[in-house]
Amino acid sequence: MAIFEVEKLGLHYLTRFGQKIHAVTDVSFSMDQGEILGIAGESGCGKSTLVNGLMGLFIPPLYPTCGDVRVDGESLMNRTPEDVRQNVLSRKVSMIPQGAFNALNPTRKVKDIAADVMAAHMKGIDKKQIYERLIERFNLFGMDTKRVLNSHPIQLTAGERQRSVIGISTLLNPQMVIADEPTSALDVTTQKVVIKMIFDLLEKGIFSTMIFITHELPLLRHVADNIAIMYAGEIVEKGTAEQVVFDPRHPYTKALMGAMLSAEPGQKQRKPTAIEGAPPNLAKPIEGCRFAERCPSAKPECKQKKQEIRIVGDRQVRCDYAE
Amino acid sequence: MQSNNIFTAVNSVCSFGHGKKLVRAVDDVTFHIADEEIVSIVGGSGCGKSVLAKMMLGLHYPSAGTFLYKDKPITDHCVHWREVQAVFQDPFSCFNQFFPIRNQLKAAFGIYKDKPSNKEMEERVDQALLAVNVKPSEVEGKYPFELSGGQMQRMLLARIFVLRPKVLIADEPTSMVDACVRANILDYLMKLKEELKMTIVFITHDIGLAYYVSNRIFIMHKGKIIEQGTPDEVTQSPKSEHTIQLLEDIPEINREWIKA
Repeated sequence: MAIFEVEKLGLHYLTRFGQKIHAVTDVSFSMDQGEILGIAGESGCGKSTLVNGLMGLFIPPLYPTCGDVRVDGESLMNRTPEDVRQNVLSRKVSMIPQGAFNALNPTRKVKDIAADVMAAHMKGIDKKQIYERLIERFNLFGMDTKRVLNSHPIQLTAGERQRSVIGISTLLNPQMVIADEPTSALDVTTQKVVIKMIFDLLEKGIFSTMIFITHELPLLRHVADNIAIMYAGEIVEKGTAEQVVFDPRHPYTKALMGAMLSAEPGQKQRKPTAIEGAPPNLAKPIEGCRFAERCPSAKPECKQKKQEIRIVGDRQVRCDYAE
Repeated sequence: MQSNNIFTAVNSVCSFGHGKKLVRAVDDVTFHIADEEIVSIVGGSGCGKSVLAKMMLGLHYPSAGTFLYKDKPITDHCVHWREVQAVFQDPFSCFNQFFPIRNQLKAAFGIYKDKPSNKEMEERVDQALLAVNVKPSEVEGKYPFELSGGQMQRMLLARIFVLRPKVLIADEPTSMVDACVRANILDYLMKLKEELKMTIVFITHDIGLAYYVSNRIFIMHKGKIIEQGTPDEVTQSPKSEHTIQLLEDIPEINREWIKA
């Protein structure tokens, strides 16, 4: 049974001039227990907006347009931010934010930040118990627990900070973790350490289902079971990691793979090719395929005809001409 | 004696603190960077590559040894920065939050003694914006906080395209943008290099990126340059264990990375 279901989710921002910007449109997917879904796409394609939507956290100017998000059959829509913070975040859905440094309060020690999360969600737990549980949990991460917990964020290295944030996010054993570019500000060595820690937590059963958001497709190939590619607020292709990385079908995915670099022999001659042009302006209604303007294999009718998700083989592609 | 070296370092040291807390961020490095060369400095975080970049910009002076730009020590920043410009890691800390982006791009011309005419400045800003894949109308009247991280990084690069310096110190310019913009930026850097005969010092932790762009690669570890050579030498037959480590940690699509 699917643990996490998203049905025709649409999200928009309302500007102060009353203009609606449809950042996410028509996103549907479902996830089983233990699945890791990777979401990739270029910056500004709606990945981070989708994260807020998936947590049911609608803080103006972000509003839901349509659709539904369900965790274990329970809808997250139409809740107040207070209700979401109290009953959804950290327990049902937890998020690992992008910049660890901005996520931690610089004036407080890591243990105090973590203790706040526990105190807010567990009524009647006393300080001693909190710290015992914290030390127990942080011991799993292979860090110098005492030093990390008693430091201010600025005293830690980037890797330690990111690992502390992951630790805090998963303190209450959430059913579902959404990692929004957890490693994009780290160097390759630290990135590997952080990913290893995430896999470690998965193995120990702290959480089992994860959405991993990044723009590095090669990284997703190693992390995710399934990959969804987003473009201008829509999912344009979804399949298993191997399918999407080695045998992309949608023209956008193909173009993304063409932009990848690699240090393998003979690759220096192969030029990474950028995609010409810019994504469409989402404030205006778009008819037809959103990628048509930049698509190398676009046909004249692509600009008028709206593309729907269809099944090609055993994957979903939003292109009428993909084979 | 006139050599065509842009940067010359002989036993340069840059240290912070003193006594027991002395940290040698750049430790006894010796290298030459020739004119029109693209050199990548690769290393993990905390290896001293950003300090080396700041030495090149004249923001840190060497504590010992010599560090020369065009065979002269760096003294006057204002003159130095007309020829040497930088792109930094975090674009949000590089722009003033209180002024529109476009005005700040135009204000970059202030470093010159004689500014071009207003019309030419506007034109060059437009060109620079198009070069980084942003329509000028998209950022018209916008403030830094209204743009996404990827867009901001592109604004920072647009500033370089506006100024067209002789030497560019790029301190992880692509660590926060996506693959597609990265390819675009690299393309444009190559074009700039060919058109303006620019020297580029590329600082990155991604050896794949370094392999693609550079003529020579320096690998840094704990303040020392432990390996230098052409991209093929460094990636195909790495000598130091740290280089091997860096190569192994890249998530390549054709190789087992984490599950092995």
